[in-house]
Amino acid sequence: MTGRVLRRAIGAAAALSLLPATSHAHLVNSGLGPFYDGVSHFALTPEDLLPALALALLAGQRGSRAGRLALFALPTAWLLGGLLGLVFPTIESVTALTTVSFLALGGLVAAEARLQPEWVTALAVVVGLPHGYLNGAAMTQAKLGALGVVGIVSTLFVVVALAAAMVVAVRVPWGRIAVRVAGSWIVAIGLLLLGWSLRAA
Amino acid sequence: MSTRNPARSTLLAVTMLLAALWPSLAWAHTEEGRAEGFLAGLHHPVSGLDHVLAMVSVGLWGAQLGAPAVWLLPVTFPMVMAFGGTLGLIGVPLPGVEVAIAVSGITLGLAVLAEWRPALWLAAVIVGFFAIFHGHGHGSELPAGASGLLYSIGFVAATGTLHAVGIGIGAIHRWGWGQVALRVAGGLVASAGAFFLWRALA
Repeated sequence: MTGRVLRRAIGAAAALSLLPATSHAHLVNSGLGPFYDGVSHFALTPEDLLPALALALLAGQRGSRAGRLALFALPTAWLLGGLLGLVFPTIESVTALTTVSFLALGGLVAAEARLQPEWVTALAVVVGLPHGYLNGAAMTQAKLGALGVVGIVSTLFVVVALAAAMVVAVRVPWGRIAVRVAGSWIVAIGLLLLGWSLRAA
Repeated sequence: MSTRNPARSTLLAVTMLLAALWPSLAWAHTEEGRAEGFLAGLHHPVSGLDHVLAMVSVGLWGAQLGAPAVWLLPVTFPMVMAFGGTLGLIGVPLPGVEVAIAVSGITLGLAVLAEWRPALWLAAVIVGFFAIFHGHGHGSELPAGASGLLYSIGFVAATGTLHAVGIGIGAIHRWGWGQVALRVAGGLVASAGAFFLWRALA
């Protein structure tokens, strides 16, 4: 009798342990914790990844000084914007920001615009603040908090460091052309995104 | 009391199994259509031979023309093509899209066949003109429910890759036999373009 009750209790406990709780299989909530959720959110969100990549390419085109400045300016602005978004999460998504970021940054890369490093830094701040703000608001909505924003900004830092350094190091002519082609692709994506937005409106 | 009741045991086992499999509220796939959109965009440019041949021909012609055309054409083409796609998305009508796409195959094929070397601006205008029609015809065919952004990324990446394939094949231009092979390829593209034109007009 005691053994049977025990077996039933163990069986019931095993069944309960397998009972699935509410699952949020959203990209920003992978179950790995808020930091890695932030990492995966940035890596899997082209609305954020492509403008950051474009700015890193632009900074790399303008040389090592511009690359170093952008490496710290963009994540810092992104972090500040993210903290603002955590505190005042009123806006969740702005398609116009994505479109303008794609067109402007992609266009500058495609044209290999000869901007001074200071202008690249200013551009990094202008891009980083609103994108960071939207990320912060998204982290609040996903209940990931500041650690999610830290995950995003850490990934951003790595992406900018790798991309800008790679472009700075490019010496062969076709390598620089490939960077410009990447910029033109980003513009093309932005133009199509503009079309989708206008059609939806 | 100690007698085992099979019915109760079965009921208990089924209850435990149901409890284990009980699906709670699952918010899976809140970002619906993203992967589908990307794959659809990636697949679309390579699904139509008319588009494939024209894109590869742009690369072949650029390789024949050499610098700076070899990089100017792949940089400008995606942007102009996307402009055509935007026109299609917002409903601006463009007459004879299928005919123009077929004519692009003929024109670019003949340019490669003849190894035609016009002024750079003229080559860019010719390629850009046809890019608008290719974008208008192909850039706006999004499957229902798919992500427009991811579709666009896949579409642009696939088209750019086709250019790169053309430029890669065009690298054989440095050898005598390669120049002949490229011209033969241009003739084949022009012939295929004529077939597509006939089909579009039929």
